Amino acid sequence: MVVMSGAEALVKALEKQGVKVIFGIPGGAILDIFDALAGSSIRTILTRHEQCAAHAADGYARASGQVGVCMATSGPGATNLVTGIATAYMDSSPVVAFTGQVPRRLIGRDAFQEADIIGITCPITKHNFMVERASDMLLIVEKAFHIASSGRPGPVLVDIPKDVQIESTDVMNVEGGPKTTFHQPNYSPHPLQVKRAAQLLASAEKPMIIAGGGVIASNASQELLAVAELLMAPVATTLMGKGAIPENHPLATGLLGMHGTVASNKLVQEADVVLAVGTRFSDRTTGKMDEFCPDAKIIHIDIDAAEIGKNIEADVPIVADAKKALQEIYKLLSTGIVKKERTAFLAKIKELKEQLEWKASCESGLKPPRLMAEIRQILPEDAIVTTEVGQNQMWAAIYLKVYKPRTFISSGGLGTMGFGFPAALGAKVAQPEVPVVDIAGDGSFIMTEQDLATSVKENIPVTVVVLNNSVLGMVAQWQRLFYNRRYFAVNLGRVPDFVKLAEAYGAQGFRVQNLKEFCSVFKKAIKSDVTTVIDVPISPEENVLPMVPPGKGLKWMIWG
Amino acid sequence: MGVKNITKEYLVSAVVEHRPGVLFRVSNLFRRRGFNIKSISVGPTEKRELARITITVSGDEKLVEQVVKQLRKLVEVVKVGVLDPKNTVTRELALVKVTAPDYKAKTDIINYAEIFKGRVVDVSHKTLTVEVTGDSDKIDAFINVVKPYGVKEIARTGITALLRGESQTA
Repeated sequence: MVVMSGAEALVKALEKQGVKVIFGIPGGAILDIFDALAGSSIRTILTRHEQCAAHAADGYARASGQVGVCMATSGPGATNLVTGIATAYMDSSPVVAFTGQVPRRLIGRDAFQEADIIGITCPITKHNFMVERASDMLLIVEKAFHIASSGRPGPVLVDIPKDVQIESTDVMNVEGGPKTTFHQPNYSPHPLQVKRAAQLLASAEKPMIIAGGGVIASNASQELLAVAELLMAPVATTLMGKGAIPENHPLATGLLGMHGTVASNKLVQEADVVLAVGTRFSDRTTGKMDEFCPDAKIIHIDIDAAEIGKNIEADVPIVADAKKALQEIYKLLSTGIVKKERTAFLAKIKELKEQLEWKASCESGLKPPRLMAEIRQILPEDAIVTTEVGQNQMWAAIYLKVYKPRTFISSGGLGTMGFGFPAALGAKVAQPEVPVVDIAGDGSFIMTEQDLATSVKENIPVTVVVLNNSVLGMVAQWQRLFYNRRYFAVNLGRVPDFVKLAEAYGAQGFRVQNLKEFCSVFKKAIKSDVTTVIDVPISPEENVLPMVPPGKGLKWMIWG
Repeated sequence: MGVKNITKEYLVSAVVEHRPGVLFRVSNLFRRRGFNIKSISVGPTEKRELARITITVSGDEKLVEQVVKQLRKLVEVVKVGVLDPKNTVTRELALVKVTAPDYKAKTDIINYAEIFKGRVVDVSHKTLTVEVTGDSDKIDAFINVVKPYGVKEIARTGITALLRGESQTA
């Protein structure tokens, strides 16, 4: 029997889980854990802000499909993680966050750097734990990783008082570990509902598939494509579902919703049967919910039963893992279905799609749709694109085609400005062989740019494309369209100088004046071994279109 | 829609792990999702490690379905369900402190308490405290009857409930 400290037991437990990297910042209440990490093979990446540690862990998780881990001290360290945890929660990303806590005897006494992080994170985690005894460490870590990665993934927080980190526990207890059975969510679809779904789909005249983030989380892209091709059904994706189907596929119609493509928004409104997979029908996807898919029967597949009927009533509810459900549906369809000739339908899809592509290709100068098309041209297929939030995000979502799952990473649910850059760092750590590009706006990038220091010191080279319009672009767009051009608290000025900013951190910075210059700088940037910031001046008057005004149905799309 | 939109009261029964913080998670979920708790009662069960929470929620069918599904997602909730009122025994306990300055008032209140199968559990020169148990309507009725004497304080436990017969509650 070997005796070790709670902190050492934690590190052992993390190694047992196969954790390779931790993003975090130490502080008084978590020093013992960092001290134990010093002797571990786990790579610890010191970020410059705890928010970035959480986003980086999230980016790591989304790019790899593995649990991302972040760590912070008590009090402000823990509260700085909150935005990152909430972001991961809204987008169902498996992250485990560890926080230091004041010693047990001081809890509740408003001790120095004490914050009730358990109370604070209750509504933004799948679950959270306080480790009350060092001997509980292994079991809690196992549970935390299981909860984060099973069923609908999501963040879990583990709060560890300082004296529990120091307390001794015997290693037999840690290594043997109690044999526990964890709650297993329902992964298999109900056969009757599968049958009903297959019957509906087989009889559909105008079927439509909506692919959400659940398709990516359950690695169901192949199965989705098989069903789509069998039915010859167009596939629209939500923001989280982007990458679920290769966007150069004839059946892929691109983003759906407030900034959905003409093809997706039109076809979904005309559909008679909608197969929605792994989507929670967020308001940004549906527009006004009462007017969503007025004539369609809806088949809704989700691993989280609470999502079914929450926003949109389902005619056929299927609580299951997306991959399994699609496999079962395919099995039934492939034996029974009479393949429908859909030449006219396919021609229509093509025509609707071309409207967008034409817009992107005919523009010259530094126009965002064109820039997105050029970026796609230059990037290899497996390159990872992250985005910030706002216009940059929507331009990327509409105009930058994604071919593979887990290569488009964006804060969808929470809409967290400042997410893209630290998420890019996390993604690059997960997939060091592929170029990682953050499509940013100037407003978002300055919210987390301090972690340029992390990227340089830790040698995590990414490319940041700053679409610089010197305003909070999406806010300005709303003020322009819905507030009579009354611009207020939105102008940022051309501050800072992003070239100098990048250089100040030891990264490289370039400012480009035209498309040709951009392309040549970008080509070099993605191969560079140091992080590159490209300042791309764009007009503050640009709107992201198409757009459905907030609170309206999808048919009220503004276009051009 | 139709039936799904009618607002009424539902009894939700949840068996949860009996440990600190669980009630917070449950009530926090109600607050965050905008569900309204009309009454809530909590206590231990036949198993030491489990507690039962009985919640009265007012809303339509769709809402109560969400309540159950969201509760089910909490890691410490072992099982949860909506109780069918026709097949459920519900009880609530109330302590009612009534002004009773003289002999007549005291006699009257004791008589009423007897009719309601209540018990006087405390007496002072100016007050009587009566314990009444039953379904909520019965308690309401008792309170109404003694109101003219002056009700000084009321403490009610909220409804607790079990399914009748051999069926397992939630």
